[in-house]
Amino acid sequence: MIRTQLPLIITFFTGMLLIVTFFIPHKPFGDLEQRFLIWYSIISGFTVLLGLDSLVKYHLTKLKKEFNIHSFILLFSLFLTLILGFYSWFKFKTPFALNSPFMYLYTYVIIPLQATMFALLAFFIASAAYRAFRARTFEATLLLIAATIVMLGRVPIGSYIWKGIASFISTIFPKIPYEELAKKEIFALISDWIMNIPQNAAKRGIFIGTALGGIAMSIRIILGIERTYITK
Amino acid sequence: MYFFFLFSLLQFNYFEYVKSYDTPSDEGGSISLEWQIKEEFISEENPIKFFEIYRSEKKEGIFENVGFVLSQYNYYEDKGLKDNKDYYYQIWAIREKDTLKSEIIGPVISRAQWFNKNRFNVLVITIILFIVFLYYIEKARKGERLFIRKISGLDAIDDAVGRATEMGRPILFSFGLGFITDVVTIAALSILSKIAKKAAEYGTRLIIPNYDPIVMTAAQETVKEAYLEAGRPDLYREGDITYLTSDQFGYAAGCDGIIMREKPGAIFWQGYFFAESLILAETGHAVGAIQIAGTTAITQLPFFIAACDYTLIGEEMFAASCYLKPEPQMLGSLKGEDFLKAIILVILIISAIIATLSIVFKNFYFLNNLYELIKNIFTIK
Amino acid sequence: MKNLWSKLATIDRRIIYLLVFIVVALPMIFRMIMPIRVSREVQMAFSEIDNLKPGSIVMISIDYDAASEPELQPMLIAILRHCFSKNIKVILLGHWALGLPLGEMALNQVAKEYNKKYGEDYVNLGYRPGYTALMVGIGKEIRDFFPTDYRGIPIDSFPFMRKVRNYQQIDVLVGLEAGATGDAWVQFAGARFNQKIILGTTGVIAPDMFPYLQAKQIAGLISGLQGAAEYETLLKKAGSAILGMPAQSFVHLLIIIFIIIGNIGYFILRKRR
Repeated sequence: MIRTQLPLIITFFTGMLLIVTFFIPHKPFGDLEQRFLIWYSIISGFTVLLGLDSLVKYHLTKLKKEFNIHSFILLFSLFLTLILGFYSWFKFKTPFALNSPFMYLYTYVIIPLQATMFALLAFFIASAAYRAFRARTFEATLLLIAATIVMLGRVPIGSYIWKGIASFISTIFPKIPYEELAKKEIFALISDWIMNIPQNAAKRGIFIGTALGGIAMSIRIILGIERTYITK
Repeated sequence: MYFFFLFSLLQFNYFEYVKSYDTPSDEGGSISLEWQIKEEFISEENPIKFFEIYRSEKKEGIFENVGFVLSQYNYYEDKGLKDNKDYYYQIWAIREKDTLKSEIIGPVISRAQWFNKNRFNVLVITIILFIVFLYYIEKARKGERLFIRKISGLDAIDDAVGRATEMGRPILFSFGLGFITDVVTIAALSILSKIAKKAAEYGTRLIIPNYDPIVMTAAQETVKEAYLEAGRPDLYREGDITYLTSDQFGYAAGCDGIIMREKPGAIFWQGYFFAESLILAETGHAVGAIQIAGTTAITQLPFFIAACDYTLIGEEMFAASCYLKPEPQMLGSLKGEDFLKAIILVILIISAIIATLSIVFKNFYFLNNLYELIKNIFTIK
Repeated sequence: MKNLWSKLATIDRRIIYLLVFIVVALPMIFRMIMPIRVSREVQMAFSEIDNLKPGSIVMISIDYDAASEPELQPMLIAILRHCFSKNIKVILLGHWALGLPLGEMALNQVAKEYNKKYGEDYVNLGYRPGYTALMVGIGKEIRDFFPTDYRGIPIDSFPFMRKVRNYQQIDVLVGLEAGATGDAWVQFAGARFNQKIILGTTGVIAPDMFPYLQAKQIAGLISGLQGAAEYETLLKKAGSAILGMPAQSFVHLLIIIFIIIGNIGYFILRKRR
């Protein structure tokens, strides 16, 4: 009973208190939100230990059963980073001093690894775009055309292609001067328009829906209707 | 005496006005100052560099410099003061070649207020929100039948779990980079509960790599309980719900590694995702898993839609718990949300029309005032 | 023939990956350069800093880490060059612990170019956890969160920092963003404290920031590598962004070609069926 009711009471009390304090500047209510945020920061700092415990325990158990190269590399890297971090902190006052061993690790291991992972996105976007952008319906065709224009409009090659098109148009219709047409940068202009108008409109629609959904969910949590996060 | 009088008059004359008052709607300990320097003292050759603020507890006392603001500002909030105590101020405009001093103003005292008047509009909107939600929850509780449209992404959960079971492969669930403080993570927990129950019924392994340790603990508890409810607590393995890393791309790399090694038959991406969304979903696609995504991160939706079989868009995530557990109270809150959305839509349309008209008919003051009024109502300070 | 169309509609993804790699690598190897068109939002950001007087203070927040370095580091370097060339003071801080070294590296590089001294022309405050609390806290008193810089030296020992108490002394806040911190800067520093904000973001999250630009909640937006290249163009000092743009251009073109090939294959197969 206490296991389920107590969290609900705490949630209701804290939720309502924070809503009320938003309107009361007087002490001790005024800075309560700020105080709670700081408490949260402190607690989340300690939860790193929880994560560390889970990670180390899991991989040590795995290693005890049989030698696993992945687990070994993970634990080795974890402790090496930790040791170098502390060593640099004591010796240079900060692990981020440019000549510290931790910075060496950061520059030559962490940066390339992280950048490589992010760079994979370029490969995946290419394959996903190729697979998914099929003009199956009218809407899909519109999406495809818009995506193509934005892709061209956002990079310098778009203006080269437009210049080519402009030259073609002015050859067929000599009355249209090439110079003027080339200057228009149509891909960039349409791309800006797509980003500023339809893109924003759709985004705001989804955003308003999500925000309301979030409010409804918060009210359900505060009132104790939504209890998925509480176990019996 | 005469010279002194002339001097103080000159001092006063540099500034159009200097005002000091207790900062309104605050927690006390603060006095606001506003000033405007006269036009004739603003020049290109001798520009104002910044303003210095001087304070004293007595009019004839020693004034100490308490702060400065850049020349484009004409206000300053002096904080850290004692309430109910007299303070006097003087503003110095530091120019390139000289300094212009204002008259001494005061006494002024600071006090704490019990209500933030600037947020009156928010209070009214909050009360309306609560009333609407409570009204519809109460209505649903009384037995009114409420309709909820089909959400195919949620209907497909059973099929996805079934397929993974048939293939003899595990299921992978990820909360993305969300924290427990994100409402979307709570919504994802209710989806996880449903998946875990099904997985326990079918005896399929459920793997959950985590970005945040608190979310990990919540996931462990949710899955444990779901297995218990399904009558299979023996199947629960804590080692399958572990912490991975709190680094964005480290997490993506870790998840990708698990996907390539374990080759899950079904993958659920439910929570908050950033640029790693496509890296995750494309790897899932590469191993032929059926993928159901759900996120409120609008920029990541196109990636999930392109690479996954089903995607829950924004608020569909929040409706998930109501959809999966259609209790009257839950559905009532959903109905309230729809009603509020209709109200917002009407307000948006009316405001857009008024804003447009106020620009077209610039001289029509009524429209302009109406537009300003609407703008003020919906501005949060 | 049917076989060819079906092959076109289902090209192996490894071939796509290989072509993407070649198209990215070649322009970089041959150090190609293309003219950059400057967009309105980057021009706005540039003008905002360009119009500041010498001695003004710009606060730069490093809200990214090594993963987004190729996109955001050129922005940081360009902005630092712009600030230092105009004798603007810089305060650096960050909400991503692993992003701070990138800030330190950039400061170190650019400060040398312009003969700027630590503590006199710029400071690095470092990282503190709890980003929303910090943003609200700086609005009241910066010392509540940063009594010292990242090396533990009291900020009051630096001459220009003695006068900085909260946002009121900071002319422009530049947020370099790879996640959701940019939204928080707008909601907390912008909405609550009227801080003027410029955001520089990765290309993937830039669309999220356009509503802020349209609503004038931010004074400029530098998006992705293209944005960084535009800033470098305005600054008339080429950096890695300008060098990276040809590669990005050709990859965009390659993706468009793949989309066209895929659609041709798809349509012909559908017609035959």
